[in-house]
Amino acid sequence: MTTPVQSANTAVAPEMAAASYSYPSPLAEFWASFRANRGASAALVFMAFMVIAALFAPWLAPHDPIEQHRDILLLSPAWTAQGQWSFLLGTDELGRDILSRLMHGARVSMTIGLVSVVLSLLPGIVLGLVSAFYPKAVGTAIMRAMDIMMALPSLLLAVAIVAVLGPGLTNTMIAIAVVSLPSYVRLTRASAMSELGRDYVIAARLAGAGKLRLMFNTVLPNCMAPVIVQATLGFSSAILDAAALGFLGLGAQPPLPEWGTMLASARDYIESAWWVVTMPGITILFNVVALNLMGDGLRDALDPKLKKLA
Amino acid sequence: MFNFILRRIAVVIPTFLGITVLAFALIHMIPGDPVLVMVGERRLDPEFYRQAMQRLGLDQPLYMQYLHYLQKLVSGNLGESLVTHEPVMAEFLKLFPATVELSICAMLFAAVTGLAAGIVAANRRGTAVDHVVMGSALTGYSMPIFWWGLVLIMLFSVHLGWTPVSGRIDLEFDIPAVTGFMLIDTLLSGEEGAFASALSHLILPAIVLGTIPMAVIARMTRSSMLEVLREDYIRTARAKGLSPVRVVVVHALRNALVPVVTVIGLQVGTLLAGAVLTETIFSWPGIGKWLIDSISRRDYPVVQGGILLVATLIILVNLLVDILYGVINPRIRHAR
Repeated sequence: MTTPVQSANTAVAPEMAAASYSYPSPLAEFWASFRANRGASAALVFMAFMVIAALFAPWLAPHDPIEQHRDILLLSPAWTAQGQWSFLLGTDELGRDILSRLMHGARVSMTIGLVSVVLSLLPGIVLGLVSAFYPKAVGTAIMRAMDIMMALPSLLLAVAIVAVLGPGLTNTMIAIAVVSLPSYVRLTRASAMSELGRDYVIAARLAGAGKLRLMFNTVLPNCMAPVIVQATLGFSSAILDAAALGFLGLGAQPPLPEWGTMLASARDYIESAWWVVTMPGITILFNVVALNLMGDGLRDALDPKLKKLA
Repeated sequence: MFNFILRRIAVVIPTFLGITVLAFALIHMIPGDPVLVMVGERRLDPEFYRQAMQRLGLDQPLYMQYLHYLQKLVSGNLGESLVTHEPVMAEFLKLFPATVELSICAMLFAAVTGLAAGIVAANRRGTAVDHVVMGSALTGYSMPIFWWGLVLIMLFSVHLGWTPVSGRIDLEFDIPAVTGFMLIDTLLSGEEGAFASALSHLILPAIVLGTIPMAVIARMTRSSMLEVLREDYIRTARAKGLSPVRVVVVHALRNALVPVVTVIGLQVGTLLAGAVLTETIFSWPGIGKWLIDSISRRDYPVVQGGILLVATLIILVNLLVDILYGVINPRIRHAR
């Protein structure tokens, strides 16, 4: 196609390569740009703590999350007058240590986030690539199906799916994965479409690369930036939706210490025990804020073009 | 213009048909035999079972069942609730005004505060005010609203005693439903204190439901305002010596509003999803609470019909927003 320009580029290439020692590697560049974003860096530190708390909850948590200390029901947090330092954030209506439940709850929420993101990311990428490479019948059919799924707000669709499958942790993850599928499909398709017309794709095609190779080796790596950002944001909305389902009694079932489920049972203590209501909610909020901040930071670092859209 | 509208409608029809397939499939994906689900786990007479299957049309092939379902839909028949034995459509229409009233008030709150915050932040870019507004917007955007509702109840209803905890109006009032909108009906009834009671019941749920849209609107207004403030005509307006307020409100805002209006329209889905949570917390008798209650009662016709109606509603509102956008912005109208 643009042969003169290309040959000119290749002619320049050796000089560029010689000068490149002064440029940072893409990874270092990304890291510097991410670190310059103070909010995103703070969020990363916070999430690192959460991940540690989740991974090592059985060893770090001061108590068993479902052990009921029957003599100290609804104990207020340690810094209040009645508090005890062995129960830092107090206990709930069954005398369970709230801090331990939150730490174990982090495991549940991280699992939900991770599993549902992977479950929707992988099919989403494949469907998106397929609909970009076969835009006529197959692509249209896929996009129509996604339109239908997008017609319902994600929480309502998740509620509908759980209504059919029945409440529980596994079905929560499935529902959230299904619900977040369209965003990955659309995103992958859109960026794959814009890559398809580029010279390097045409070059690869002329060189005889097969469809699969074109899809996954040539095009996909260049579509990953927005998808990674979306995955981060998807993680935060998965945590939020899972907590909402748990709150409605459709998600993880007690005594599993899921954050939303903890709030569902806390409603009756709104007048007497503020900490039972406050702690799980603040935990959810902080996690979602941190993930959204990280998503923003990732977007700015990976794809400066998108910065303006913020 | 007419062509544009027709084209938009043509795009919507397959989506709507897809939703009907989804709603139809919903019932069929429920584990277990529908007849057994209806009569319970008792031992069944095979003859009765056969008759029930025939009466419900379940002995026919799936595509015939779907066509029958569509046929019934067209005549507005969404089936009956298994619990109250009332038509699903009638129940929906009875509860719908409560959700609309709540959503409109939430949207008003969100639009007014979101716009104001966004405008102020854009004009004070980089200052502490901007950081506070954007920080609040991020928090609002990430808010688990079911918890937010509980916190507000704890603060304003329990501790300060300013607002009631739940419901639409105090039990002492018996307001005849004329429009279904409590604020209007209480005014029409002329009963003293009824309007104030309705308003005090509405205010917390509206704030809770409006929180996420408010954050979205504030962000959108800010970025769209920043874009517009860079334009030449703003510099011209300033150079003419117009007051800063006039430049912002008259010259900049009008153009900054175009993308914001779309965002407001697209929040309808967020509102209806949020209504499920908000109505559950505040025992607000709308369609969100109705859906959740039906799920826990395993009232499947209501779940099926309710989801279909909500989805239809969202499709229609999005269609309306699309068309309105075409009216405001001719470039969209002629784009392919």
